[in-house]
Amino acid sequence: MESMLRKQKEMLSKIASGNGHGENSPYFDGWKAYETDPYHPTKNPNGVIQMGLAENQLCFDLVQQWLLNNPEASICTAEGVNDFRNIAIFQDYHGLPEFRNAVAKFMGKVRGNRVKYDPDRIVMSGGATGAHETVAFCLADPGEAFLVPTPYYPGFDRDLRWRTGVQLVPVECYSSNNFEITREAMEAAYQKAQEDNITIKGLLLTNPSNPLGTYLHRETLRSLVNFINEKNIHLVCDEIYAATVFSGQRDFISISEIIEEDTACNRNLIHLVYSLSKDMGFPGFRVGIIYSYNDTVVSCARRMSSFGLVSSQTQHLIASMLSDDEFVDGFLMESAKRLAKRHRAFTCGLSQVGIGCLKSNAGLFLWMDLHHLLKEQTYEAEMKLWKVIIDEVKLNVSPGSSFHCPNPGWFRVCFANMDKETMEVALSRIRSFMRKNKEPKLPVKKLCWTKSLRLSTSFKRLDDIISSPCMSPQSPLVRART
Amino acid sequence: MKLLSRKAMCNSHGQDSSYFLGWQEYEKNPYDEVKNPKGIIQMGLAENQLSFDLLESWLAKNPDAAGFKRDGQSIFRELALFQDYHGLPAFKKALVDFMSEIRGNKVTFDPSNIVLTAGATSANESLVFCLAEPGEAFLLPTPYYPGFDRDLKWRTGVQIVPIQCTSSNGFQITEKALEEAYQLAQKRNLKVKGVLVTNPSNPLGTTMSLNELNLLVNFISSKNIHLISDEIYSGTVFSSPGFISIMEILKERKLDDTEVWRRVHIVYSLSKDLGLPGFRVGAIYSNDDMVVAAATKMSSFGLVSSQTQYLLSAMLSDKKFTKNYISENQKRLKQRQKRLVSGLEKAGISCLKSNAGLFCWVDMRHLLSSNTFEAEMELWKKVIYDVKLNISPGSSCRCTEPGWFRVCFANMSEETLKLSMQRLKVFVDSTTKTNHSRRKSLTKWVFWLSFHDCEIVNGER
Repeated sequence: MESMLRKQKEMLSKIASGNGHGENSPYFDGWKAYETDPYHPTKNPNGVIQMGLAENQLCFDLVQQWLLNNPEASICTAEGVNDFRNIAIFQDYHGLPEFRNAVAKFMGKVRGNRVKYDPDRIVMSGGATGAHETVAFCLADPGEAFLVPTPYYPGFDRDLRWRTGVQLVPVECYSSNNFEITREAMEAAYQKAQEDNITIKGLLLTNPSNPLGTYLHRETLRSLVNFINEKNIHLVCDEIYAATVFSGQRDFISISEIIEEDTACNRNLIHLVYSLSKDMGFPGFRVGIIYSYNDTVVSCARRMSSFGLVSSQTQHLIASMLSDDEFVDGFLMESAKRLAKRHRAFTCGLSQVGIGCLKSNAGLFLWMDLHHLLKEQTYEAEMKLWKVIIDEVKLNVSPGSSFHCPNPGWFRVCFANMDKETMEVALSRIRSFMRKNKEPKLPVKKLCWTKSLRLSTSFKRLDDIISSPCMSPQSPLVRART
Repeated sequence: MKLLSRKAMCNSHGQDSSYFLGWQEYEKNPYDEVKNPKGIIQMGLAENQLSFDLLESWLAKNPDAAGFKRDGQSIFRELALFQDYHGLPAFKKALVDFMSEIRGNKVTFDPSNIVLTAGATSANESLVFCLAEPGEAFLLPTPYYPGFDRDLKWRTGVQIVPIQCTSSNGFQITEKALEEAYQLAQKRNLKVKGVLVTNPSNPLGTTMSLNELNLLVNFISSKNIHLISDEIYSGTVFSSPGFISIMEILKERKLDDTEVWRRVHIVYSLSKDLGLPGFRVGAIYSNDDMVVAAATKMSSFGLVSSQTQYLLSAMLSDKKFTKNYISENQKRLKQRQKRLVSGLEKAGISCLKSNAGLFCWVDMRHLLSSNTFEAEMELWKKVIYDVKLNISPGSSCRCTEPGWFRVCFANMSEETLKLSMQRLKVFVDSTTKTNHSRRKSLTKWVFWLSFHDCEIVNGER
């Protein structure tokens, strides 16, 4: 039997028979637990609640209403079928012009129209997944590497490395300074790579960050731009969460804004990855975008996009939807509000039982700190705790180790992929669990929202949290700026 | 340090080839019945535009599928979130049933062995990533689809070694040609991992014979290598001898569940049969569960949009519709091919006898100034710029004999096809007239010969 399996493997490539797809990581194990016992309010109320999937399900009602009002956006309805054959035939890898125009406009709006995007630089891909792989194929040869700050999205191990042969070199970021990226860490990682004879081709940032939910200051971004210019390496900015910034927060600064301000920056080094999967909540539609300031990369990526074009049916729908200024403006504003509200409700619920999170202002998840519940500060202990959370608390959350986090005990918890009732159930399960385990291994920091000047102006509707016994002294974590 | 990767800087994407240059010329001056009646007619694009009315009338009768609804309820949310790389189960079932139906239900396919990809382009690339290492090779019969140079080689680093097929036997694959290709690969120090065939063939428009299929099974058996059968045109077979899928052969030879059976993989797509290239619906079918598992994971890089999966699952599950569509579509293709063939005949041009596809493999050797690829390019340029037809030169398909061209017939109206044939006739007549006046000094029999066999007049031009 074993020799048969070996023979079968030998007929395939190393890529196919190996583990480079990265799906043996614990990130995916939790999904499996969920799939075998998924929560349902009536059919399976004791099932596992999925909190490991970074989806944005809060604004479908707005989209559905728009669809009802705009039947011509579908090429299949009576109102839209006149376009059917032209769209069905359309496989030009430049993409529908109206699609590119609409996406470029949308990207600009998401950044408060502080920058403009050129539709001719918009290149399609099979989701951001396809975009990352394509960018890696364009910028690096097998064996070359990208620097990636930890913790980072587990999918990168597959997307950037699997079929490309490119490596990832982590830039360690620690909880002691809120996982901020430091110049020292960057230099250290770069130096070590040189010593190991690994050629660094670029730096990959996710901004806003997955899993942190934070976004970078202007100074940090400028410093990173200086770094890549000095080393003459690329900067790939994944801004897939750009529109998930909670309402009332300070503006998110895109890399596009930085390079507008910085005329000395070599634009040939700057590339963006984007998608509608998180901001609009459309992961099923596979709308990935590569936006490069380097003409050769645009051209090459466009040719490679043949391997993952966006369905023309979908391009047509998206073009229609995102060209509707009124809809888009309303959607972005409402989505930011709902995310903020959900985030607030969850973080408060957690803080009531002594669980703190990294202070964040974007994303579809929290970066939860449970290191004080670990028997020892090790990954084994983290895995044990994680198994307890899955098996006893019945929540699928993602362990920090799967994100290559250098400090054990952190977990990513998604909050935007469920309705309010399910969130309440999740919180009550956490409450029960924490009450049962009243003896924390380390002193618990009572964490809650600060009343810093910055925040108070944003939380106009304080009635949500005033009732909770939350007004405790500031903790270093919460006070920290992101 | 060089800024970009080798892949970005080379031209293995193949887009400097003439196949794509013709497209570019067309884009600069496209024919339009009203707006640009003297423009270039596109005959280089293998699209099926003959049966959209059938699809449109199905849509009109099925508003639910059209409007993100199931049983009147909106399922938009469900679809918008659905990104499972295993694909929509209803769609996979409908797709394998459709594939079966096309094969006269002589074989059945298991939905759990199918992997959905963004077009056959992505399917072919992923399959090669699964089966070969960089530097290894696949054998392909010539002439072949120019896109393979990009799809199979560019990012994978895999090589293509041609199996030379010639007009002496209608470009069929022979045992000799297979062996020679294999030896050639050995000589080049290339490890052969498999054979890739397109059946029905692009650009030939012919279905593979029983003999060829058996040859292939024997060959891959003895060499212990894979076989990829790109059956993207399987639904376009419009006349006898009919389509025989490689799976049928395996079944007939009682090779189910053997090692050979696990080394045969099919690529499919809805771009040609249903005429929906824009929707990016491709598929890999394999009997090897490891290939299915690996290819499924790879499909993350190019999944089929969920809204498209849903629409097509509804359409292809409608058996009444598919039955009618398959037969009506084939009828129309047959009729259209006849028109092209007779139009060519009137211009004194013959083509390879074909029973499938969206194109004919046209013999223009007698119009070449010499039996060379330079002459072929010369002729091609004349056809593009003077005759104003974009057709694909055989050299772009790696054909070993100059003078063959692929001419598409299903991507335009009947009137446009008629016009294209008229233009061609005018061109051929004027060419032979020129020959005639040039050869007034020659004896009659030399002139007669020159019309039918350009090799003799090599020295005359």
